[in-house]
Amino acid sequence: MAVHKPRRELSPDTGSTESLILNFPASRTMQFMLLFSRQGKLRLQKWYVPLSDKEKKKITRELVQTVLARKPKMCSFLEWRDLKIVYKRYASLYFCCAIEDQDNELITLEIIHRYVELLDKYFGSVCELDIIFNFEKAYFILDEFLLGGEVQETSKKNVLKAIEQADLLQEKTENMFHSKSFIGSKKAY
Amino acid sequence: MVAPSLKLQDLIEEIRGAKTQAQEREVIQKECAHIRASFREGDPLHRHRQLAKLLYVHMLGYPAHFGQMECLKLIASPRFTDKRVGYLGAMLLLDERQDAHLLVTNSIKNDLSQGIQPVQGLALCTLSTMGSAEMCQDLATEVEKLLLQPSPYVRKKAILTAVHIIRKVPELSNIFLPSCAQLLHERHHGVLLGTITLITELCERSPAALRHFRKVVPQLVQKLRTLVTTGYSTEHSISGVSDPFLQVQILRLLRILGRNHEESSEAMNDLLAQVATNTDTSRNAGNAVLFETVLTIMDIHSAAGLRVLAINILGRFLLNSDKNIRYVALMSLLRLVQSDHNAVQRHRPTVVDCLQETDASLSRRALELSLALVNSSNVRAMTRELQAFLESCPSDLRADCASGILLAAERFAPTKRWHMDTILHVLTTAGTYVRDDAVANLTQLIAGAQELHAYSVRRLYSALAEDISQQPLVQVAAWCIGEYGDLLLEGNCEDTEPLQVRAALGVHWGGTHQRRQDWLRGHYLCPCLKVEEEEVLALLERVLQSHMSLPATRGYALTALMKLSTRLRGDNNRIRQVVSIYGSCLDVELQQRAVEYNALFRKYDHMRAAILEKMPLVERGGPQVDEEAKESKAAPKLSEAAPVPAEPQASKLLDLLNLLDGPSEDARHPPPLDPSPGGALVQLLDLPCAPPPPAPIPNLKVFEREGVQLNLSFIRPPGTPALLLITVTVTNSSGGDVTHFICQAAVPKSFQLQLQAPSGDTVPAQGGLPITQLFRILNPNKTPLRLKLRLTYNHFGQPVQEIFEVNNLPVETWQ
Repeated sequence: MAVHKPRRELSPDTGSTESLILNFPASRTMQFMLLFSRQGKLRLQKWYVPLSDKEKKKITRELVQTVLARKPKMCSFLEWRDLKIVYKRYASLYFCCAIEDQDNELITLEIIHRYVELLDKYFGSVCELDIIFNFEKAYFILDEFLLGGEVQETSKKNVLKAIEQADLLQEKTENMFHSKSFIGSKKAY
Repeated sequence: MVAPSLKLQDLIEEIRGAKTQAQEREVIQKECAHIRASFREGDPLHRHRQLAKLLYVHMLGYPAHFGQMECLKLIASPRFTDKRVGYLGAMLLLDERQDAHLLVTNSIKNDLSQGIQPVQGLALCTLSTMGSAEMCQDLATEVEKLLLQPSPYVRKKAILTAVHIIRKVPELSNIFLPSCAQLLHERHHGVLLGTITLITELCERSPAALRHFRKVVPQLVQKLRTLVTTGYSTEHSISGVSDPFLQVQILRLLRILGRNHEESSEAMNDLLAQVATNTDTSRNAGNAVLFETVLTIMDIHSAAGLRVLAINILGRFLLNSDKNIRYVALMSLLRLVQSDHNAVQRHRPTVVDCLQETDASLSRRALELSLALVNSSNVRAMTRELQAFLESCPSDLRADCASGILLAAERFAPTKRWHMDTILHVLTTAGTYVRDDAVANLTQLIAGAQELHAYSVRRLYSALAEDISQQPLVQVAAWCIGEYGDLLLEGNCEDTEPLQVRAALGVHWGGTHQRRQDWLRGHYLCPCLKVEEEEVLALLERVLQSHMSLPATRGYALTALMKLSTRLRGDNNRIRQVVSIYGSCLDVELQQRAVEYNALFRKYDHMRAAILEKMPLVERGGPQVDEEAKESKAAPKLSEAAPVPAEPQASKLLDLLNLLDGPSEDARHPPPLDPSPGGALVQLLDLPCAPPPPAPIPNLKVFEREGVQLNLSFIRPPGTPALLLITVTVTNSSGGDVTHFICQAAVPKSFQLQLQAPSGDTVPAQGGLPITQLFRILNPNKTPLRLKLRLTYNHFGQPVQEIFEVNNLPVETWQ
């Protein structure tokens, strides 16, 4: 069973009486958030703890399997390893957060819901395809709502305003640097 | 010369158009080759697009490490588009394990001081997501400067970045502490929220900070009060609840500040009551706030009435139609059932109803909670419910349910006969799921109740005649028949409480168990069930011969047959025949027994009667016995200890006196001030330093793998409130030896841990001598205990390593 707690410093193994020093992170709201489809395809991954790519893949794989195996009428919380997992399905996407033991699961549900609302407002009736084709935007929106695993802004209006301003700034700089623009939509890269 | 590169969205379309995994891989590999070429050539105009594409395929699971340096270039570019994608790439590809990550530091420093808010936002976001300890050291002062900048947009991000910095480098806390006082006056919700989070983080890490921030409790109380009463704004509210995120965060901070501090707790009592009664509970947002309130109430020194209110809220949650709410209620009640037993008892009927939940995680919690609520006054009713549940529960819960019922029966059985019937019922319903010691317990119980011998043997005989597949039942029945076979043939049995038993066993046994019901009824309608000697012998022989019988079971049957040779009146030819056949049995144990028994018949026939006579009662300090002893000791101790205010234990006792109804209450709480000698706590094995056993904290089974089990037992020596002694016991019920066993432990930084040398490093198979090891943990701050264990050992010739955190540590281990 691989360790997925970050920052492990092993003291030299001088015998069985030596204790293993681990750096426990103090409680944070969220360790990571994953979005994935009903087929198990990952659509967004935000990690608030440092883990190797291999560990992230392993965790993702196991967790996706576990959540997809849940029946529709089951509650939104499950215990997995030493974390609490809060998940909710919106249309074809699962939103899945890992929180620490002391955290409040119910407010995490509100966090998930708020994020979905933000996406919905930005994309206008958001669907999975929007998040697939504009994944970077999904990240930008998330980064205006949560920071370092904590809620940074509780006003929907402010979050959307910030994104709008960033989008405007992006457009402005693009127009400055390109005399000839690429075809069409401002979403094109 | 390169063809114009694909746009991101076109690439995504192409990938999605691939019909097979192989096709997808082909598309991606081709594109990655282009991207690599583009990176090599250095194309600043399209770099951001190339990286975006790379990030997309990275999410699909493909390697993207060659994009790391490109992230750095993009971040350093003056264009906002570049920075946006570059910083995103840094967060996804450049975590602290990559050597290149430190190169981001300079760019972040520049961007932080640039003054363009979206850019500063990107830099702060990246630092707080992937910032390593070194980066945090380098950039802490920059972040601190931004804390008091005019723009709330930047400030709220700077504050949360400070939180991250403190988590990585706790020594930097001092830089951020001074600004907190000023930041608390903020009106901007985002900034305020960040500030509360920052203060929470500071207080959790440093007792000095905790003391310092206690003085803001009145301010926090005021803020929350304002929020709850007049703070409604459409901008921040969810379903009529004012900014639930902020409310929850304030409540969490209040919890930390009020914990173990009388004055602060008192300052927040009224407010908590207000929030608890006024919050709208029609939607999840309100319930989230309510839940946090309950958690806070239970964790600080609240008035008794407030605690009861909190538990009643949880009780109401149990009736909520929303499954999630029921779940958190069950979890919380489970944590509180020891400390607030009476209050939780009031909700027992609701808890029992939750056993019927379809969701396994809820029914499991309901089961644990139900078992914790069994006491001497409700044991009959509860056992009925639990037995009904046992019959229909999912198989992964059966073992826990069965052993829970047996344990409860052992602790609270009103009569021995009821106890016997209960065990019998469990064995017949879920025999394969009971723990190994159930057999020993039942035989012990029967042997000790002389008046029940006849009754027991008749019931067991009937049960065995019905079904010889449930091994524990068969073992006990065989033993019993062997011991008391003479009583079986006598034809009379006491029938002192048929009605109660009939009622207890008949109520829930519906159509699926018609047979059992019939035989039960039949049994009680004509208690003089006539049993023939030949039938008895035939039954035992069936057990011996059945392929369903385990070797241990056959051993029981063989020995029983042998004993019957002195108990039955007929001649012993049949028995002698069977015994001699088994003299050549392949099972060595059986063979040996059979040969010995044969010898008994032949050469030592004169000794046979003496050897096979009824067994004397084996002395064993059972929990039932000790509960009574502890209760009678506890009563005078409570009244002695209470009037001594200088004792550090006294305040705890006074609290207990408030909560307990009297000395006859659950005996786990009152701490005896004398060590009660020896047998009281049978779970403790020999410790190298034998401490006086204080208030028993429930043991915890923390690990099980292929028969290897790890149990923890806890002691809090009364003279040293900060000390916790944990005895780790490793047992092995599997067929292979456990060797080279090493157990290591880790605890959070505020604790001190000392491991004493273990008793050994080998646990032989089949229940050989366990390993014990003592941990000493000092917890001067009374912070919640967290314990992580690392086990390495060899088992079945394979090396095993397990690392896990111990869950469900009882609060008594650290409070």
